[in-house]
Amino acid sequence: MERTNTRSAWERQLLIRDKNRPTIRDYLPLVFEDFYELHGDRGVGDDGAILGGIGRLDGVPVTIIAEVKGRNIQENKASNFAMPHPEGYRKALRLVRQAEKFHRPVICFIDTPGAFCGIEAEQRGQGEAIARNLAEFMSLRTPVVSIVLGEGGSGGALALGVCDALAMLENALYSVISPRGAASILWKDASREQEACEVMRITAEDMVDFGIAEAIISESDTGVSNDLDKIAENLKEYLVKTISEKSEKDIDLLLKERYTKFRKIGVYTETHR
Amino acid sequence: MLEDLFKTVTKRFNGDEPDPAVPMFKCPRCGTSTPQQKMAELGKICPNCEYHARLTAAERIAITADTDSFKELDANLCSADPLEFPGYAEKVTELQQKTGLNDAVVTGLCTIKGSRTVLIVMDSRFMMASMGSVVGEKITRAFEYAAENKLPVVAFTASGGARMQEGIISLMQMAKTSAAVQKHNEAGQLYITVLTDPTTGGVTASFASLGDIILAEPKVLIGFAGRRVIEGTIKQHLPDDFQLAEFQLEHGYVDMIVRRKKMRSTLSHLLKLHGYTAEPLKEEC
Ligand SMILES: [Zn+2]
Repeated sequence: MERTNTRSAWERQLLIRDKNRPTIRDYLPLVFEDFYELHGDRGVGDDGAILGGIGRLDGVPVTIIAEVKGRNIQENKASNFAMPHPEGYRKALRLVRQAEKFHRPVICFIDTPGAFCGIEAEQRGQGEAIARNLAEFMSLRTPVVSIVLGEGGSGGALALGVCDALAMLENALYSVISPRGAASILWKDASREQEACEVMRITAEDMVDFGIAEAIISESDTGVSNDLDKIAENLKEYLVKTISEKSEKDIDLLLKERYTKFRKIGVYTETHR
Repeated sequence: MLEDLFKTVTKRFNGDEPDPAVPMFKCPRCGTSTPQQKMAELGKICPNCEYHARLTAAERIAITADTDSFKELDANLCSADPLEFPGYAEKVTELQQKTGLNDAVVTGLCTIKGSRTVLIVMDSRFMMASMGSVVGEKITRAFEYAAENKLPVVAFTASGGARMQEGIISLMQMAKTSAAVQKHNEAGQLYITVLTDPTTGGVTASFASLGDIILAEPKVLIGFAGRRVIEGTIKQHLPDDFQLAEFQLEHGYVDMIVRRKKMRSTLSHLLKLHGYTAEPLKEEC
């Protein structure tokens, strides 16, 4: 990254919650051509929180999976505030298996407060759906690139985050728990979310430091937030470069590297007796 | 009913109130109080509703593995404090002293009625067996060891979910352990999960849900989201049996509910059905 993002984690949290923040629906026509949305998990229904489809990236056919934020009440109702149900994750799995069959690279866009917590979600195996994606994406014989657009909320984000390369938009956050949740555990006071935001280390720079993300995609040169055209251009540039790099690799080597990317994450001590 | 009333009356009459000095176990499912001593004699199973209460890792290993067959792997892993999270290091030290464990999971090799297996046992006393780096790493190594040595894995899960104090690194343990399960799966080996009380959050959403065969103990809590979180979202009270093992069986996420008394023989039969016949455990140096 050429310049430093001076926003605190909390300022970024406010920015990505802003209703004017671009969503995948804004980026789609600017980054891809010939996009066709494909619906349903072939079991329970079609989850509006996860969008899936096929299109072209700079002429190359790709499969696109994305968590969908809305910008008004109707859009948010249709997409359940980007909180997927199990059938959303299963739709994603169906489409990435299809991508594997047709040797299409997969691009996942993460933007969710988390997987939905509700009765039906439990009845239909929310835990199993996420677990299945983690395991299956790991052995998918086609390149996978994931990008956190805004909120990377816990397991609901990770279910689209097993990949060969992860990039963060510069103001995007990735966290195991919401700042509110962290604050209520830490200080038994959810209102101290601002403090929790800084303690949790959830920024793009933190992700690069931890070896979880490989790249930070710049949002605009002027530092003005939510500059759609500029972000879309940077997104596309990153994707074209990374997809082509990963596609050139021998697939067995790529899978080995994907395993290692996650295998090496962990901080512990080991004393030998 | 009448009989119960009679008992109560007699109790009152005899002044036979429960002695506060006798430690009691209050069943989280049916509310029945049973003296701890009695619970231990019953194998920590509620005499009223059959809720299978939590066991320590040592207790679980003792009733699962053949006598003296258990050999621990990776016993010396300890959590660091990657976020320098307030109070975390102290909490870990305190629990290490209190439980005698290094962290929330014990892994090792054992035989079950002669069949060699890799055993994973989580212990909820250690920060609700949340999954941080140590838990993730030990589980990953256990699956990798089993894949390499063509061994089955039996995992007794219990967890409150991710270890928040390790932030995003904790979340990534879900991907790491699932990857290791997948590797073991590709090696063609059997993985049996036994869901025990409580198995929730990130552990449910990773390796615990990936067993070839998934067993559960009666009345244990199994789910992804916490009950209070869901109640907060839907603004209504959830039925008592929500997210219990029986609920998961009904919805197709558990293969069998197995009583503790039958667990060892069930595991042994399943292992043998998959060709893991009895053989002496190899000496390792
Ligand atoms: Zn009971």
